[in-house]
Amino acid sequence: MIAANANFTSAAYLISAVLFIFSLKGLASPTSASLGNTLGMAGMALAVITTLFVGHHLIYSLIGIAIVLGAAVGIFAAKRVQMTKMPELVALMHSFVGLSATLIAIASVYNAAETHAAVQRIELFIGAFIGAITFSASIIAFGKLSGKFSAKPIHFNNQHPLNLMLALLILGFGIFYYSQSSQLAFLVMCGLALVLGITLILPIGGADMPVVVSMLNSYSGWAAAGIGFTMNNSVLIIAGACVGSSGAILSYIMCKAMNRSIIAVMLGGFGSKSIVADASDGVQKSVKSGSAEDVAFLMSNADTVIIVPGYGLAVSRAQHALQELTSKLISKGVHVKYAIHPVAGRMPGHMNVLLAEADVPYEQVVEMEDVNNEFGQTDVVFVIGANDVVNPAAKKPGTPIYGMPILEAYKAKTIIVNKRSMASGYAGLDNELFYLEKTMMVFGDAKKIVEDILKAI
Amino acid sequence: MNELLTMQNITIFVLAIFVGYHVVWNVTPALHTPLMSVTNAISGIVIVGAMLQTVTIDTEAFNITSILGAIAVFLTSINIFGGFMVTRRMLEMFKKKENKLMESKK
Repeated sequence: MIAANANFTSAAYLISAVLFIFSLKGLASPTSASLGNTLGMAGMALAVITTLFVGHHLIYSLIGIAIVLGAAVGIFAAKRVQMTKMPELVALMHSFVGLSATLIAIASVYNAAETHAAVQRIELFIGAFIGAITFSASIIAFGKLSGKFSAKPIHFNNQHPLNLMLALLILGFGIFYYSQSSQLAFLVMCGLALVLGITLILPIGGADMPVVVSMLNSYSGWAAAGIGFTMNNSVLIIAGACVGSSGAILSYIMCKAMNRSIIAVMLGGFGSKSIVADASDGVQKSVKSGSAEDVAFLMSNADTVIIVPGYGLAVSRAQHALQELTSKLISKGVHVKYAIHPVAGRMPGHMNVLLAEADVPYEQVVEMEDVNNEFGQTDVVFVIGANDVVNPAAKKPGTPIYGMPILEAYKAKTIIVNKRSMASGYAGLDNELFYLEKTMMVFGDAKKIVEDILKAI
Repeated sequence: MNELLTMQNITIFVLAIFVGYHVVWNVTPALHTPLMSVTNAISGIVIVGAMLQTVTIDTEAFNITSILGAIAVFLTSINIFGGFMVTRRMLEMFKKKENKLMESKK
């Protein structure tokens, strides 16, 4: 093989790491984002080519076949995936990083040509451990998101003692591997870490999935960095650390948007508290319901309209019809905006992508902080498929969602809410907004309702 | 020797966390989903580790190490190609609208 020049290798890996950083930096605005993505590809290509040159005894045919097969699957998935299914795809991809990290660590432990110093054994243990947890937890998250398992939190007896016991066992086998270089202990440790990943995620409910997906994004980065440590490879460490902190920031933003502490999310149990609170309010309340024609009348006579989309909108695939409705209203001189709550979709920024897919101009979409002081002067707010993010209960101490930042739709002059039924949102809470004097409920499938409104205008 | 390398790695690691932290806070919230898919692709960098385990050992091509390595190369390739391609697809959706807006302004 070509004699590897260590300086050349380091320089190539460094350039690759810098390209990754520029790739993330590009996402600061939609104009530079495409260039950023391209720089990321360039960085990856450089890292792979460099590795092909510097690796010793690489089996090129096997690597080539694996890359071609992986590329085919990846490109197929990327082209086919529906935008509503992005959280599932992302969760699945986190699991691949986790599994790969674990497999690489096991491969290294079984590699007869390698000897591992004490510090490397610790690094291998950490890399494999994080990887295994990321893998099994992501698979469970994928199952919950895609509806293959129940999205409801699954609680079991002695959940926390069990997790603690698992963690101690993992540590025990890790120490055994460290002291004896026992391959078997390493495998057992990986197996136990897989179980721990499952028991950690099962108790977390569907509402917390945006946090979980972001958290696993972070874990996948730390797993990559862990493998970088075992191989003394700077590009893995840098890329992994950047991805890790990116995921951590997103988790923080999601937690803040739901007023949940990250510890509480990880320990699980959102639904259990709120069901109790729901039952306390036994008074029968009445809602005012209206038809699509009423909505059409209200909207076309309004001066300003704010649309609050929620996940229900995406489920019924009403984005395109809604975009048509908006254009029609704009052509009639109505000012229309979309107000996005950070947790409007199933993952950070999900609703923005869904609206972008429906050709909603970037300028019409505003974030929560920028729009909240405008609701007071707004004629009509159209809440479509959203619930908890407009629930004024968040302003009242003592309610389960108290303190969660909401879109202050209740301040508008008229509120129109489209829902399929009076069922409560993820938090299991009744929404006072629906019972206000100035609120009109329009029941039915979002897509059908929007199309009917469109016809009536 | 090994301890020195590890200290250097920790230095790189900590500095990279700071870089990542500052870069990612500048990402616009509207692009948080593309951010996740691109970081998915970037964490596919573990392919380097996977390739370095897909090796012949004592002139034996098929051993536990090379098989596990090749599986990991396959999985990380899915991430790399899938991650970058799906990010591109999403970004084109954002870009498409900007072009239209430019046309309407003309």
